Amino acid sequence: MDFKSRDIISINDFSKEELLHILKVARQIEQKPKDNLLKGKILAALFFEPSTRTRLSFVSSMEQLGGKIIGFSTAAVTSIQKGESLWDTIKMTSQYSDVIVIRHPLEGSSRLAAEASPVPVINGGDGSNQHPTQTMLDLYTIQKTKGRLENLHVGFVGDLKYGRTVHSLVIALAHFSPTFYFIAPEELQMPESYLDELFQKKIKYFKTSDLARFSKELDVLYVTRIQKERFPDPVEYEKFKGIYRIDEQFLQHVKKDMKIMHPLPRVNEISKSVDDTPHAAYFEQAANGIPIRKALLALVLGKLK
Amino acid sequence: MAKSKKKPRARERIRPKKASPSPGIGTKKELSISAIDEGTVIDHIPTDATFKVAEILELENHEGVVSIATNLKSKSIGRKGIVKVAGKSLTQEQVNKISIVAPNATVNIIKNYEVREKINVKSPDVIDNVVKCSNPVCITNNEQVPTKFYVVKKDPLRIKCHYCERSMGKEDIKII
Repeated sequence: MDFKSRDIISINDFSKEELLHILKVARQIEQKPKDNLLKGKILAALFFEPSTRTRLSFVSSMEQLGGKIIGFSTAAVTSIQKGESLWDTIKMTSQYSDVIVIRHPLEGSSRLAAEASPVPVINGGDGSNQHPTQTMLDLYTIQKTKGRLENLHVGFVGDLKYGRTVHSLVIALAHFSPTFYFIAPEELQMPESYLDELFQKKIKYFKTSDLARFSKELDVLYVTRIQKERFPDPVEYEKFKGIYRIDEQFLQHVKKDMKIMHPLPRVNEISKSVDDTPHAAYFEQAANGIPIRKALLALVLGKLK
Repeated sequence: MAKSKKKPRARERIRPKKASPSPGIGTKKELSISAIDEGTVIDHIPTDATFKVAEILELENHEGVVSIATNLKSKSIGRKGIVKVAGKSLTQEQVNKISIVAPNATVNIIKNYEVREKINVKSPDVIDNVVKCSNPVCITNNEQVPTKFYVVKKDPLRIKCHYCERSMGKEDIKII
């Protein structure tokens, strides 16, 4: 399997075998770090909007592999302010670098960037659309903590309507015969288009607004933040903001080896008292950004196969 | 008697088969659409897409006769619209655009009152630079870039943006 020069834009572009291969390379790179693998290579990190985990873990991954980084972490300091198009910015940046990571508020921006760039482009999040490296590290976390990806019972709770991490992970996990439990008030439930896709793929799923209802069934519970910025009406936000809370009391009713994941940042969806229980996988999940992003950088730069 | 026969005959020649007349053309009680000697007839348009088809043809400054009819009875699609444009032939781009809003339409090229060619419009698998993305935060609505859509379902039509990956149905489709 050759990933050299491949763009990483959308989880929809990857087959099951390709996803498994990326996880395998991440595992290898985590077990045997290769310090100078990307020596002499330059990553352009173009962050048109703020990011903490994604940007820092790409920067850290590149540095750990001996590569260099150029770029910016806010569009305010760039020629975008002078009216330069994204197409031109990418054309120019690709002359200075071997690989580009882009985060941009407009959806589809990374696909366009990939078309403009002769060097591989990795999507670090394009608005509410895709964030494929997050999905890959989510898969990696599930595989590591559960020992497998096949036939798992996975619950998603919180904002399932707007949460891109949920949408992408659902599509990726659909390769592995899961059973899904979508836990959200009707207003924030999974969009019909995703449910249609699951139906067509014959994936079993349940919808409920009651967190306790399927608690005993779950192997993994993926928690998301109810995002304040999604609600035009603050009263609506107040109605939903504290609706689900994962705490020690909830954990009394789950499988012993059930794992809790969260893409972070969290607000109050998960009580701090959960952090020290064996159920908490969310900090490990954030740490898994490093092996996954190292693997992707090495793969698209043709340094690993 | 001979006089009253002459005009309808010209209209009936538009349709090659007499056995399957399209109501609205050539019948005495529905003479609202006159025959054309040369031009294009777009038939079997879903009623609600009739004016969209007319819009695609950019007829504002066209000098020939234009006839538009909607809510005509149709055996195959229930109710239909017809657009007849004298003295105009369609570009491939216009045919492609029509295929999006009226996937089962037929385009008849008329010469000397007769159907010279009949094109069955087919919706393509990929739609290049015809449809505007309904997602306001799609990059295509913010930067000069040709749009591209994949047809994920033909009936009812559902298309997916190549860039932002949002899918949209017929009701959201706007032609560029």
